[in-house]
Amino acid sequence: MYRIVERRMIVPNLHEFTVEAPQVTMAVRPGNFVILRSDETGERVPLSVADWDPEAGTVTSIFLQVGGSTAKLARLKAGDSIPTYAGPLGKEAEISNFGTVLCIGGCYGIGSVFPVARALHEAGNTVYTLLEARSQYLLYWQEKFRPISSRVIELTRDGSAGYKGHISRLPEILTLEKIKPDRIIVNGCTFLMMRTSGVTKELGVKTIVNMNPIMIDGTGMCGVCRLTVAGKTKFACVDGPDFDGHEVDWEEFLKRRETYNVEEVQPLRRSGCASHY
Amino acid sequence: MPAKPIDPKKRPMPKQEPFERIKNFDEVALGYTVELAHEEASRCLACKKPRCVEGCPVGIDIPAFIQCMLEADFSGGIKKIKERNALPAVCGRVCPQEEQCEKVCVLGNKHEPIAVGRLERFLADWEAASGAIEKPDIASPNGGRVAIVGSGPAGITVASDLALLGYDVTIFEALHEAGGVLTYGIPEFRLPKAIVRREVEYVKSLGVKLHLDFIVGKTKTVDAFQKEYDAIFIGAGAGLPWFMEIPGENLNGVFSANEYLTRCNLMKGFLFPAYNTPLKRASHVAVFGGGNVAMDAARTALRLGADEVHIVYRRSRSELPARLEEVENAEEEGVIFDYLTLPTKLIGNERGWLTEIECLRMELGEPDESGRRRPVPVKGSEFRMQVDAAVCAIGNSPNPLIPMTTPGLLVGKKGNVVADEETGQTSRERIWAGGDVVTGAATVISAMGAARKAARSINETLSK
Ligand SMILES: Cc1cc2nc3c(=O)[nH]c(=O)nc-3n(C[C@H](O)[C@H](O)[C@H](O)COP(=O)(O)OP(=O)(O)OC[C@H]3O[C@@H](n4cnc5c(N)ncnc54)[C@H](O)[C@@H]3O)c2cc1C
Ligand code: SF4
Repeated sequence: MYRIVERRMIVPNLHEFTVEAPQVTMAVRPGNFVILRSDETGERVPLSVADWDPEAGTVTSIFLQVGGSTAKLARLKAGDSIPTYAGPLGKEAEISNFGTVLCIGGCYGIGSVFPVARALHEAGNTVYTLLEARSQYLLYWQEKFRPISSRVIELTRDGSAGYKGHISRLPEILTLEKIKPDRIIVNGCTFLMMRTSGVTKELGVKTIVNMNPIMIDGTGMCGVCRLTVAGKTKFACVDGPDFDGHEVDWEEFLKRRETYNVEEVQPLRRSGCASHY
Repeated sequence: MPAKPIDPKKRPMPKQEPFERIKNFDEVALGYTVELAHEEASRCLACKKPRCVEGCPVGIDIPAFIQCMLEADFSGGIKKIKERNALPAVCGRVCPQEEQCEKVCVLGNKHEPIAVGRLERFLADWEAASGAIEKPDIASPNGGRVAIVGSGPAGITVASDLALLGYDVTIFEALHEAGGVLTYGIPEFRLPKAIVRREVEYVKSLGVKLHLDFIVGKTKTVDAFQKEYDAIFIGAGAGLPWFMEIPGENLNGVFSANEYLTRCNLMKGFLFPAYNTPLKRASHVAVFGGGNVAMDAARTALRLGADEVHIVYRRSRSELPARLEEVENAEEEGVIFDYLTLPTKLIGNERGWLTEIECLRMELGEPDESGRRRPVPVKGSEFRMQVDAAVCAIGNSPNPLIPMTTPGLLVGKKGNVVADEETGQTSRERIWAGGDVVTGAATVISAMGAARKAARSINETLSK
C-alpha cells in the first residue's frame, strides 16, 4: 500500500496529489509517468509525474477530475492508502542544451511540464514558460516556474490574465515577446498539443508533445496506447510518451481516445477542456 | 503378467454444458470424481519402460503416481508429482498433454492414451481440498541472496526451488498481481484465479518475498540489483504483442489479445461496473490466430455476450497450435472456425470504428521450415466479413525493457534473451534467464522446466 501525503484541489477540478513511493523517487526523470489504482476494483490509471522529493520519498502529480476513476481519487485524503503505485514509466524527456526552449503547459500539463522546464534550465537553456487556461483562476504553479524561467507568459481564453485568446496566437506572442525558440515542449490536453504542433510546424520549430493515450499496464504489454508517428505504429508507454508533434497522426489519436466513452469511463490524463480552436 | 483387457477410451471429464457455460466465467471442466479417477487410473498398463515419462518435459514419474492412485494413496500420488512439478493444479489444466505425455503413451497406438493431465489435476485438487498441503523441509539459510524478475511460472519455480535450498529470494513483479500469464492471460473459465493465488501463497509460505508494482529496468535496473544480490533470474515472459501490420490495425475495436484478456482477467472487466475497467461488448468478433491465446480470446468474447465469434486462421484444423481440448470446447460453444483464411485489411467507418475485415482464402502448399504445409493465397478470393471487434492473437515477443536497460545482455533476433539451454546462464555473469523471455511464447511446463535447470545452475554457481 502507498500512503497519500496530500491531495488537494489546487484549482477547480485539478488536484495536486502527493504519494509516498520512495522506490519511484530514486529513478524518476522528467517526462516519466506512474500507474496507480485508487482501490482494489479501480482501473489502472496513468498520471504524469509533476514533481518529487527524494528525501521525503514522495512523488507529486496533477490530475483532472473527469469521470469515475478520478472522482474516486479526488475523494482520497492525506493518510489514506492506495494499492498500486508503479513507476517510473515511459522514456524520460530529452534534456540537453538546445539554446532557447519554450515550455507550454495547460491543464494537468502545467504540472507535468514543470520538471522538464526545471531540467532544461539546469542544463543551461534559456527557458520561457507559457501557461495556458480558460481563465486566470485555472492557472497554478506560476511561483514554481518563475525561478527557472526567463519569463512566465500567461494566455487565457477570456483575457483574465496575460494574453487573451487561443494557442493559435503563438506566432504573434513569440514576436511580441521577442522569443526565438530552438525547441518547443507542450504538455496538456490533446487539443492544446495538436493545435500547438499545427502552428509550430509553420514556424519550423521542433515541437515535442507528451502523449496521453488510454493505457492498462504501461509497460508495453497491452498495446492499447498505440499511435501512429511518422507513419509507424508506436506504443506511447515504451516508445514515448514524448514524440515529435509534427509527426503524430492526430486524427487517429483523437478517435482512439474515444474508444471507451460509451462505457462512460474517462481516463485520467484526458482533459475536459473545451477545444482549442 | 496376465494381460488385462484394454479399456480403449479415456474417461470423459464432466463439464458444464455449452449453453450454460457461455453465460458464465466459471471453470468449464469440472474434474474427475474419485470413481472416474480410479477407473481412468486402472487403464494404465504400468509399462516397464514408460514412454510418458520421457514425453513430460519435467519427467514426472507418471506410472508411479498412477499406481498410488490405484491404491487410493492420494497423498503419496501428489508427492510423487511434486517431486518434479511445483504447479500440478495448473499443469493438469493447461499443459498440451496431447503433444507431450499423452502423445507417446503406449495405449495411444491403438486406443486413447491415459488422461494424464486429468489425473494430475485430480490429485492436485484433492490435496487443495484436503487442506493439508505438505510443505517440504526448508534448508537453513545459506546467506545467498537471489532476485527474480517476474512472477510467472518460471519465476515462481526458481523462487520455490531456491527457497527450499535456503536462499533468501525476492520476486519483483511489474503488475499489481503475481502469476504472470496465469493471472493476466489465461481466463478464469480455464484456470480459476483462486488456484494461481494458492500457488503464489505457497511460494510465499516458503519465505519468498514478493514486490509488486516493481518494473525492473525502470524502478531499478538489473545492474543495480547486482550490487545487492548474488544472482539474478530473469523470467519476464514474452509480453510484447505482435500486430499483423495490415492497414486499419489502429482502428477502434481492434485489440491485441493481451489487452482483451488483461481487461477481462487481471482487471476483471467481466465484472464491470463493479470493477472499473470496461471491455467493449461487441456483437460480431473476429479473432486472428490459432493458438491457446486465440481460443481464450474467442471464448471470452462469447461470454461477454457476442452473437457471433470467428477464429480466422490461415492454416487448417490439424495445424492449430492450441490444446486440442480447448479447440473442442470452443467448437462446442459455437465459435466459428474460418480455416485457410488470411485477414488482409481492416476497414472502419468515419468515426474510426472497425466495421469490416477483408480476407483472402488460402490453400496448403509445400511444407515450410516448421514442417507444416505453407498456406498460399488463392488469387481473386477476397471477401469481406462484417465485424465490430477484432482481436489479434498471432504471437508475442519478449518486452525490450530489460535488454534495453541491461548493457551486455545478449538478445536474439526476436528480442529473446540468449541463455544456455542446460543452465539458463546468460551472456552476463550471475544473470540467468528462462521461460518465454528466452524461448518466445511457449508453454507453462517448458517455462518451469527451464526454471528448474536455472535454479540448479544458480545453486551450483553460488555454492562454489
Ligand atoms: C492467453 C494465453 C493462454 C495460454 N495458454 C496456455 C496453455 O493452455 N498451456 C500452456 O502450457 N501455456 C499457455 N500459454 C503460455 C504460457 O502461459 C507461458 O508460456 C508461460 O506463462 C510462460 O511463463 P514465464 O514465467 O516465462 O512468463 P510469464 O507468465 O509471461 O510471466 C512473466 C512475468 O514477468 C513480469 N515482468 C515482465 N517484465 C518485467 C519487468 N521488467 N519487471 C518486473 N516484472 C516483469 C510480467 O508482468 C509477468 O508477470 C498461454 C499464454 C497466453 C497469453
Ligand atoms: S506436467 Fe504436463 S506433460 Fe508432464 S505429466 Fe503433467 S500433463 Fe503431462
